[in-house]
Amino acid sequence: MKPSPWFTALIAGALAAALTFLTLPIVAIFVDTGPGRLLSSLSDPVAVDALRLSLETTLLATTIIVVVGTPAAYLLATRSFPGQSVVVTLVELPLVLPPAVAGIGLLAALGPHGIVGGVVADAGVRLVLQTAGVVVALTFVAAPFYLRQAQAAFAAVDRSSLEASRTLGAGEARTVWRVAIPAARGGLAAGLALAWGRALGEFGATLMFAGSLRGVTQTVPLAIYDRFATDFPAALALSAVLVALSAALLLSVKFVGGMPRASR
Amino acid sequence: MALAIAAAVALTGCGGNSGKPSLAVSAASSLTEAFTSYGTGFAGADVRLSFAGSDQLAAQIRQGARPDVFASADTALPDDLHRHGLVSKPVVFARNRLVLAVPADEAEVRSVHDLARPGVTVAVGSPSVPVGIYTRQVLSGLSEPRRSAILANVRSNETDVAGIVGKLTQGAVDAGFVYTTDVDAANGTLKAIDLPARLQPSVAYAAAVVEGAEHPTQAHGFVDGLLSSEGWRALHDAGFEPPPS
Repeated sequence: MKPSPWFTALIAGALAAALTFLTLPIVAIFVDTGPGRLLSSLSDPVAVDALRLSLETTLLATTIIVVVGTPAAYLLATRSFPGQSVVVTLVELPLVLPPAVAGIGLLAALGPHGIVGGVVADAGVRLVLQTAGVVVALTFVAAPFYLRQAQAAFAAVDRSSLEASRTLGAGEARTVWRVAIPAARGGLAAGLALAWGRALGEFGATLMFAGSLRGVTQTVPLAIYDRFATDFPAALALSAVLVALSAALLLSVKFVGGMPRASR
Repeated sequence: MALAIAAAVALTGCGGNSGKPSLAVSAASSLTEAFTSYGTGFAGADVRLSFAGSDQLAAQIRQGARPDVFASADTALPDDLHRHGLVSKPVVFARNRLVLAVPADEAEVRSVHDLARPGVTVAVGSPSVPVGIYTRQVLSGLSEPRRSAILANVRSNETDVAGIVGKLTQGAVDAGFVYTTDVDAANGTLKAIDLPARLQPSVAYAAAVVEGAEHPTQAHGFVDGLLSSEGWRALHDAGFEPPPS
């Protein structure tokens, strides 16, 4: 069928509108900042503390998400059990929760007055207003992004290659490690990038559950909000740093995930 | 994008269905109870309230946001905006008192001095929001070792009083500096410990009409009405004190 010119113009127009709308604020951040301010913001000790804390906490949260989420997603993608769709919906639920609801929920669950807060406290674990609380908040909001992608990636892996591996005598764990994970690598990497990016940008749940204290719980988004009131240019510069960091993350993970597989 | 902007314009254009103009009021977080009550009874317009830290609201106005009215938990922010030609001459409409708030069942903390003890946890306002500025004034009246010990016990610098109250009611901290009106609004979950008179900062609230406001007449009516009997009743019910005469 010949492509209709008016339809092509319509979808091209829609893409142009989406692209302009979605990139304009990001372009504005960099236009308003300039490289000089960007660099000087990196020498500000408050910004440095926030960046270090953001990197540490997101790295920890992402590690937890991948270590627990990969086998969980594999199960959801390759087995069927009663109530499976309910389980899938439940683990995806935080995806659509407003951050404030996530913050309230975490307090109601793990806070000093929370339903399991006493158990947590008796175990000697302190979360609220602590760096560990930031990691908990980030893990909660970011995990579904990875789980969802990983599940889709495992579901797309050719079943016959998994069965062939088992027929050749490899155990299931070995099959997952040597066949399923390499085959799903692109999707897993994309999920990792999304989850990490979401964790880097987390604001509301962190503020409510972990508070804001320099070097302890004040991640980059909280530092940006704090500065917005007093020093707009500094807030912009720190925003630019965060955008650059997130973009670099997204690109590098896409690059790794997109590389041709070593063996088929 | 044109669609999104058109939708946004359409949304701001039709704030109410009563035919009354819709008045956008940006107010300090600590005014939530008083202004909700005053705004509901305000005859001149449909009042749309937006609460946050006064410093955040002032920053929005500096960046070009144009609510009709700005009401701040201090006089410094509206005075500064007035100097820059962004708001009309501010009107001081109420006073408040800073208190030390603790959860109602808390027995460890009985005075400001107890905050210096090791292990006591404290939430304060960030250094840019009025409640945080007043708190630092209080602390500056203490001896240096005591002040340092209290600051070392601070577990969170919150962006507005709502954040401090939340940390207190959730038991995340033992104590926090808020306004007496916030303790009143917490329905018995918090109790207030009065500060010694020599430490009490002067807390005055000022409101102003934003230059370029869409509804300047109603905005002036709203600000002037704060000094009328209706305005005063709402403020008094929420625990505010009359402005210095």
